[in-house]
Amino acid sequence: MFLQTMVTGLGIGSIYALMAMGYCLVFSILNFSNFAHGAMIMLGAYVGFLFCSIIGLSFFWSLILTAIITGILSIINERLAYRTLREKSAPSLYLIITAMGVSIILENLVYSTIGSNFYSYPKIFSRNYIEIFSSTIGLIDIYSFFVSIICIILLHLFLNYSKMGIAIRAGVSDPVAASLMGANFNVLIRNVFFLSGIFAGIAGVFMGFRYMVYPQMGWITNKAYIAAVIGGLGSLPGAIIGGLILGIIETIVSVYISSVVRDVFSFSLLILILLFKPLGLFGVKLEDKM
Amino acid sequence: MEYFKTIFIVASINVVAVIGMTIFTGFTGLFSFGHAAFIAIGAYGAAILTYFYHFPFVLALVLGSMLAGLVSLLIGYPTIKGNLGSDYLAVALLGFGEAVRVILENLKITQGARGLPGIRICCTVPVIIIAMIIAILVAKHLVLSKYGRRMVEVREDAVAAEMLGVPLFKTKYFSFFISALFCGLSGGLLAHYYGFIQPAMFTLDQSTQILASVVCGGIGSLTGPIIATYIFVFVPEIFRFAKLWRLVFYGSALVLTMIFRPSGLMGYREISFNSLATIHKQLSRLFNKIVS
Repeated sequence: MFLQTMVTGLGIGSIYALMAMGYCLVFSILNFSNFAHGAMIMLGAYVGFLFCSIIGLSFFWSLILTAIITGILSIINERLAYRTLREKSAPSLYLIITAMGVSIILENLVYSTIGSNFYSYPKIFSRNYIEIFSSTIGLIDIYSFFVSIICIILLHLFLNYSKMGIAIRAGVSDPVAASLMGANFNVLIRNVFFLSGIFAGIAGVFMGFRYMVYPQMGWITNKAYIAAVIGGLGSLPGAIIGGLILGIIETIVSVYISSVVRDVFSFSLLILILLFKPLGLFGVKLEDKM
Repeated sequence: MEYFKTIFIVASINVVAVIGMTIFTGFTGLFSFGHAAFIAIGAYGAAILTYFYHFPFVLALVLGSMLAGLVSLLIGYPTIKGNLGSDYLAVALLGFGEAVRVILENLKITQGARGLPGIRICCTVPVIIIAMIIAILVAKHLVLSKYGRRMVEVREDAVAAEMLGVPLFKTKYFSFFISALFCGLSGGLLAHYYGFIQPAMFTLDQSTQILASVVCGGIGSLTGPIIATYIFVFVPEIFRFAKLWRLVFYGSALVLTMIFRPSGLMGYREISFNSLATIHKQLSRLFNKIVS
């Protein structure tokens, strides 16, 4: 029972970690919380549903195509909504409100075109489970955990060993100096948004497999945001660990206490961590730009 | 006419909450995604008093808003004392708001997610107008007082303000308390207008809408947010024929305002009778020029 709980927790936690990394990438370079990320994840779930269920591609290909499409959508989002504000160097609150506006637009666009129906993915995973030490472990948990790990490793390699990745890290630590050294800041930001869109797409497909697809599923991503804050906004290891902690705690609370109080636990955890470590577990000291 | 009246009352109830938020966000420069929680606390506080204990309406309103203020003192002490960055403070309050909603869904006296039906309906047009005028007058005098000037100093440059001897924590704490009082009052009015409340009415969306009214109306202005609130309630009604698409318009309006007019509708200015007179004078001068 305990092993099963832990594996489920890790499965959910790794999806939270994927989503939290999307928030974290954007926060680290632009210093604002991109609340449109939740809507991107929702779109990812819909696109994945289109490929997986309607067109009938295999799981692997629908995951990759979804990731690319949400990446492009994320770039469009940045180009239309944030770039003008960025060029005026508006305070981060304006970007946050714009992001919320974008998420309202996308959510209701889906409402008015696709409708508020709930869709479920084809049941590739639901009947598949393996038994280890007399506890049943769902295949979806194992899949989501390993895909997340692979994504995280790939991101790590990209950021540390590719030219673009190094430029992005330079842009994170000092945008002005990085542009003086010849890095095109707009291109950097475009790539960061592309990366965060890719993570949104993958997370969206897994969310669709685990739950259902519906316009308000972006709400669940609030928890991923909490995970990012717990780990420290702007810190990638923090996002991963925050996501895993949150997933495990939620599963333990809903198995051993009650699933009703699960959300109270996660929100109280958020407040507690912010009280004792105001920058999150791995937060980097950032100048507060108001 | 009845339809128009309903929209007017709903907008005016929002205005009371927005005035509170203006003091916190517009004048002190702090953000919150959790003020719907104070509306909820005010609404439930006042409604439980009139519903179960048969308190008079006005007393229940005052006590409900006091309850919201009290809770704000409890949650504000650690969060504001912690000197969180503005993003983090907004997020901590988001967590607080969601936690309050989940707690309301599980308490016995609030009857959980089913909500409280059959609250006495006492909030009529004169009541809401009186409440709104009181709120506006209090806010106006507060903003022009010593405390209001301190808030503006904190917003403009916290470090410089502290050097000049402005107590940072006290100023922020006080402004948080006042904003919670106004939100609680607005909640009490809401409960006694609809006659029915449930936790699902007080979500993050409502907090966002209040914050958006303040930001679109103009940070540092009192009249701007009030006008923006009325626009945000009335314009979706005009687009009623567009059904679900109107929320898409609402989101687009928000984004476009931020992109093209980031200082909000009014910026730092206020509408007063003097400024109306100036506008009138300029218009008539223009008119004379065209005629002659």
